[in-house]
Amino acid sequence: MNIADPTFEWFALSPVLAVLAAACLGVLAEAFLPQKPRYYAQLALAEIGLLGGFALLVWNWSAAAVSASGAPQAVTGAKLAMGALVFDPPSYLFWGALLVFGALAVAVFGERAMTGATAFAASVSAIPGSQAEADAIAAKREHTEVFPLALFSLTGMMVFGSAGDLLTMFVALEVMSLPLYLLSGMGRRRRLFSQEAALKYFLLGSFASAFFLFGMALLYGYSGSFDFAVIDTSLATSEMNRGILLAGLGLMAVGLLFKMGVVPFQSWVPDVYAGAPTPVTGFMAICTKLAAAAGLARVFFVALGGERWSWQPVFAVLAIATMAVGVILALSQTDLKRLLAYSAISHAGFLLTAVVGAYQFVPEGQLNSLGAIFYYLVAYGFATIPAFAIITTLRDTSGGEATDLAKWSGLGKSNPLLAGIFSLLLLSFAGIPLTAGFIGKWAVFAAAWQGGFWWLAITGIGFSLVAAYVYIKVIVAMFFGEPAEGVQLGQASMLTWLPISLGAIGTLWLGLFPAQLMDLIAQAQVFVK
Amino acid sequence: MLLTILGLIPILGALAMCAPLGKQARQVGLAVSVATLAFAGYVVYAYLAGESLVITVPWIPAFGAYWALGLDGMGLVMVVLTAILTPAVLVAEWGVPKKIGRWSARAFVGLILLLEGLCLFVFMANDVLLFYLLFEATLIPMYFLIGGFGGARRGYAAVKFLLFGLAGGLIMLVSVIGVYSWSASQGAPSYLISDLIALPDGSEYGWLLMICFLIAFILKAPMVPVHTWLPTAAEEATPGTSVLMVGVLDKIGTFGMIKICVALFPVESQIAAPVMIALALISIVYGALAAIGSPNLLRLVAYTSVSHFGFMVLGIYSFTTAGTSGAIFYMVNHGFSTGALFLVLGFLISRRGSARVADYGGVQKVAPVLAGVLLLAGLSSLALPGMSSFVSEFMVMSAAWSRIPWVGAVAALGTVLAAVYILLMYQRTMTGPVAGEVAGLSDLTLRERVVSGGLVALMLVLGFLPNIALGVIEPTANATQAVMQVAGVTDHQPEFGAEG
Repeated sequence: MNIADPTFEWFALSPVLAVLAAACLGVLAEAFLPQKPRYYAQLALAEIGLLGGFALLVWNWSAAAVSASGAPQAVTGAKLAMGALVFDPPSYLFWGALLVFGALAVAVFGERAMTGATAFAASVSAIPGSQAEADAIAAKREHTEVFPLALFSLTGMMVFGSAGDLLTMFVALEVMSLPLYLLSGMGRRRRLFSQEAALKYFLLGSFASAFFLFGMALLYGYSGSFDFAVIDTSLATSEMNRGILLAGLGLMAVGLLFKMGVVPFQSWVPDVYAGAPTPVTGFMAICTKLAAAAGLARVFFVALGGERWSWQPVFAVLAIATMAVGVILALSQTDLKRLLAYSAISHAGFLLTAVVGAYQFVPEGQLNSLGAIFYYLVAYGFATIPAFAIITTLRDTSGGEATDLAKWSGLGKSNPLLAGIFSLLLLSFAGIPLTAGFIGKWAVFAAAWQGGFWWLAITGIGFSLVAAYVYIKVIVAMFFGEPAEGVQLGQASMLTWLPISLGAIGTLWLGLFPAQLMDLIAQAQVFVK
Repeated sequence: MLLTILGLIPILGALAMCAPLGKQARQVGLAVSVATLAFAGYVVYAYLAGESLVITVPWIPAFGAYWALGLDGMGLVMVVLTAILTPAVLVAEWGVPKKIGRWSARAFVGLILLLEGLCLFVFMANDVLLFYLLFEATLIPMYFLIGGFGGARRGYAAVKFLLFGLAGGLIMLVSVIGVYSWSASQGAPSYLISDLIALPDGSEYGWLLMICFLIAFILKAPMVPVHTWLPTAAEEATPGTSVLMVGVLDKIGTFGMIKICVALFPVESQIAAPVMIALALISIVYGALAAIGSPNLLRLVAYTSVSHFGFMVLGIYSFTTAGTSGAIFYMVNHGFSTGALFLVLGFLISRRGSARVADYGGVQKVAPVLAGVLLLAGLSSLALPGMSSFVSEFMVMSAAWSRIPWVGAVAALGTVLAAVYILLMYQRTMTGPVAGEVAGLSDLTLRERVVSGGLVALMLVLGFLPNIALGVIEPTANATQAVMQVAGVTDHQPEFGAEG
């Protein structure tokens, strides 16, 4: 038997490898460094890994955008690592976003100026309320492995969205999920709540993975290959029973839609978002969505695009259900984290409208469905990371986060700047013009309309109005409510302020001058098969 | 370039309010608004001199959106109206932020200037997406003006205002996206109004697009039955805020009907005309009746505006040159007369501390100047000959009459009712025995006299020399009429549609 030597395109793989290397070094640092410098080393390693990965990605892009003779050329992309990864233009986009948002979110992980410790438990293994926990707190122990865990998760996310075959995708799914389950359970305060969230996430996530795996197997049975390109061609040629294809497609969809938080697979979202440490929630909210959206689009546009008449109507119904559940349940929330969790569900629904549109081949310079989804996610990321970072700043008398909506009343009086930024982010969530969120909403609805689903776009716009009310309620409370008792703003360091201010700037910038990012997206929004 | 600068002056002024100006905020704000007015004067000069003011710069190429500004006659008069009313409001409300005391004067001045800048851009926008963005953006400063400086139920009023505005905006978003799809299907996407007019009609969604635009504008220019946010907002907001809301912001509704609905969808507009005329008549009569019955002075003026907006819409959908010109001229006159009414009543209310009609009586004996100015503003509101509003109301009614006589007759009923609500209000509050606490009221101060006198003078000047404005407006009306002519409507044709 003749086995070819595997080839690896090290330079092209370098953005992923940088993150993975930083994660591995982080594990070593965890083992060998003494407690005091460890926190600084881990934080620095994580940021260097992520920003270095981003720099390598930009380098890759600029190298690919110039032909051998020095003339500019369109970036086409290539299959890496024996076809396991597809480094096509959309991969550049999603990797870039994951690295940037990862760097911002991980910075918030490191915040400890407000209470003298990070948001993570001193000793996760200690039983809440036990002597062991008290000892760990007294010894000022910290779980600095949260940084490598986040990096491992990001590695998985990057691979997940760019996988060239189902097997790679499944491995990436697990690599991105397992650290997230852990991170969710590591809250310093309300530990049982946090652990419950982690357990729920883990159990439901395992089920979703199992569904995904089952769907994979059926698709393999139908097409005889894990490779997306082969599955695509087999749609027309396979002589197997179409029932296998449809069952496989449905089961795969369950796994992917679970990660997106689409109804009816959304039930974990509010509990996990509320229970997880707030910095982790911010990280999950955007990075998981980016990876899930990239994976969903790749599977359904590349591998199963030829079968879109089967899945478009189902996804359209799910999109409506998701928007409805997200915005209607958000109306009755009194806890800010849960409110944003339901808002995240509604955003998954808005995103799904563009997926349903499956509008792929567009005249040059315009956005297709994938471009619209990407723009939406970038806008969402610039709003959601700072929004969760802002939530960490308001503290009650015991030093815990005051996430009850009533506690936010009157913030506009005590800190107009913070309340103003938060309002801006909420307006972006609501899709009010001159914020990035509006352009994102415009793009996804236009993609749905262009794909022939104009009624879906109109339904989405209708739900946007209800959603707007949800966010305005918070703004009203902040600016027009009487100041709440028993809360104060923590003295956050740059690790919190930097993501907040960059997010606010990004939200405004992408709302006022979207052309640059759009030009970039327009060059890079077509998948390579 | 001139137009960009014109809109940027107040917006930069608003940004300057972020600096800790303290007590000087009002002076700086007034200076900025006066500078805007002066610059607007220069723009008028350039426009009349025939300079090309159009600017078209690609903004979001992927959407076909442009930073496109330009002026036609209608845009020009609306720009001038905005530029005049803003300093008037700032002067009139000199003491208001301090008196309310919740938020600083800086915030008040900043929000007003921001609103002015956004409104100026709306009236200059030549690109549908840009128009839409600015249309929505104006909601935010107005929301904070109502919510931050309003009366007891300000929170409720502000949210109601915002939700109605957002509802209109999102309904319009359907059309905005649809227009993109329509123009993209004809080649390259473009949001430029001039490009869209040139597109072949008969888009399969034409109906949907026109109706969604129209619903947004009906919500904005409040017409019965979706007017309910206006009385609530006007009752709670400061009178100056109401001036900008009714005098400028709501005009975007009627402005949009002419600039977008009729211009882009002449065929569909023509079919919608009977419904619009019916809504206009209902608004005219209902608004007037509600004003007669209103126990609150500010609410009363808000209802008169509902009636007046009915007249404007009637003029627009009568599809004659005189009707369109009249409607546009009405937009200007209504801004001045209702502005004067709101401000004078605001002076009165700030003295007595109550907006209830029943709390007043015999004011003319203690404050004759105030009563006199109120009477003049009121007479302008009821379109007395000699006042500018008479000219526009007459034009609208004659246009309606020339289309369908009975419509003109019903509209005339609105004029009679206008006399009732204004004179009844005057009689109840200004004449008769001096009511208890009214006795101690002081008359208008010099600052208040300057503002209200200036607005009254403008109404008189335009009343006797309407051609100053009408000459500018007429090209717009002719252009609109030309579009309608292509769609098969001729000027001044007696028979009109199925109802006629």
